[in-house]
Amino acid sequence: MEPIMIKNAIALLLLAAVGAIFVSLLAGYMPDEQLNLTARYYAERTAQDIGTANIVTAIVVTYRGLDTLGEVTVLFISAAIVGLVLAQGRLPTNVPGSPQQPRVPVGELLSTGSRLLTPLILLLGIYVFVNGHLTPGGGFQGGAIIASGMLLLLLADPLKHFSHRLIDVIESISGLLFVGIGVLGLLYAGGFLDNRLLPIGTLGELFSAGVIPLIYSLIGLKVGSEFSSMLASLSETEEA
Amino acid sequence: MMTSLAHWAMAAGFVLILIGFYGALTNRNLLRMIVAFCIADTGVNIVLVAVGHMRGRTAPILDSAVPVADAVSRIIDPVPQALVLTAIVIGLGVTAMMLAYALKLYEKKRTLDIAKFTELKW
Repeated sequence: MEPIMIKNAIALLLLAAVGAIFVSLLAGYMPDEQLNLTARYYAERTAQDIGTANIVTAIVVTYRGLDTLGEVTVLFISAAIVGLVLAQGRLPTNVPGSPQQPRVPVGELLSTGSRLLTPLILLLGIYVFVNGHLTPGGGFQGGAIIASGMLLLLLADPLKHFSHRLIDVIESISGLLFVGIGVLGLLYAGGFLDNRLLPIGTLGELFSAGVIPLIYSLIGLKVGSEFSSMLASLSETEEA
Repeated sequence: MMTSLAHWAMAAGFVLILIGFYGALTNRNLLRMIVAFCIADTGVNIVLVAVGHMRGRTAPILDSAVPVADAVSRIIDPVPQALVLTAIVIGLGVTAMMLAYALKLYEKKRTLDIAKFTELKW
């Protein structure tokens, strides 16, 4: 027990040091009274340049659209790595020390509830990413909601198989269209991922802000299928 | 000084980061370490959002409450929110990868105790 206690003491000392840094940061923190230069630019120009009611969406999809493309790529790579790591060598069926347990039945409530709720959850996810330029929400949030619907399906029926092929097709097509729209912006509008490929329209309407609703819907589909494929890979290892 | 909402939110975030670090440093079970990292991750996100908060202002969404003309004086900083949106998604990807690797390590050694993995020790 002795080395563990020493280790814990060292950990606590380190934490005390980090905590002291945090306390001094907190003591010296003064909230801004005015928007800083970047935020002021976004607040002033979003309505006329981008036409989204939600300024965060304008930043994520258009002003810093390239970063979002990178982010989606990172997510894709991590989903791919999860699939790759888990695909190599499944758990052997009868290993000593891990007896095959009989599955606990999921119960009437969960199986009926999942049938009722999954379509509604998918609908909510689609609503969230289609309205990403108007309300709090967007492709990432909507995609996560869609994946939570998939999680409910998996909870209700742990042996359920999702079609990896379908997930892959949705993911690749939405990713390609995302990049394709970006390149079209390079040719027919101001630059890569410029949203003024389509008319900006009236602030606050569903069909406004150029291609942002389109791009965010594609991001929503891509993120939703990536999360679903991660869930599917993780759940399939359980079946062994 | 500890009067504004931003200060309290930031303090809560710092506490969560410290709890997460403590958990990651003292637990020997891989799953517990992953949970600890998630808690620290949440703390970082809360601190980032708190930095963008400004007293008496509202969310950066232009609607009837925030006319375009006085958006500059009515909204909080949208940049930290966009950053945190990114950070949450990447955090989820990292967590999924950690879980996948933990599963593979378990398959290899039939244990989640980090002290049993001695190959990289010297």
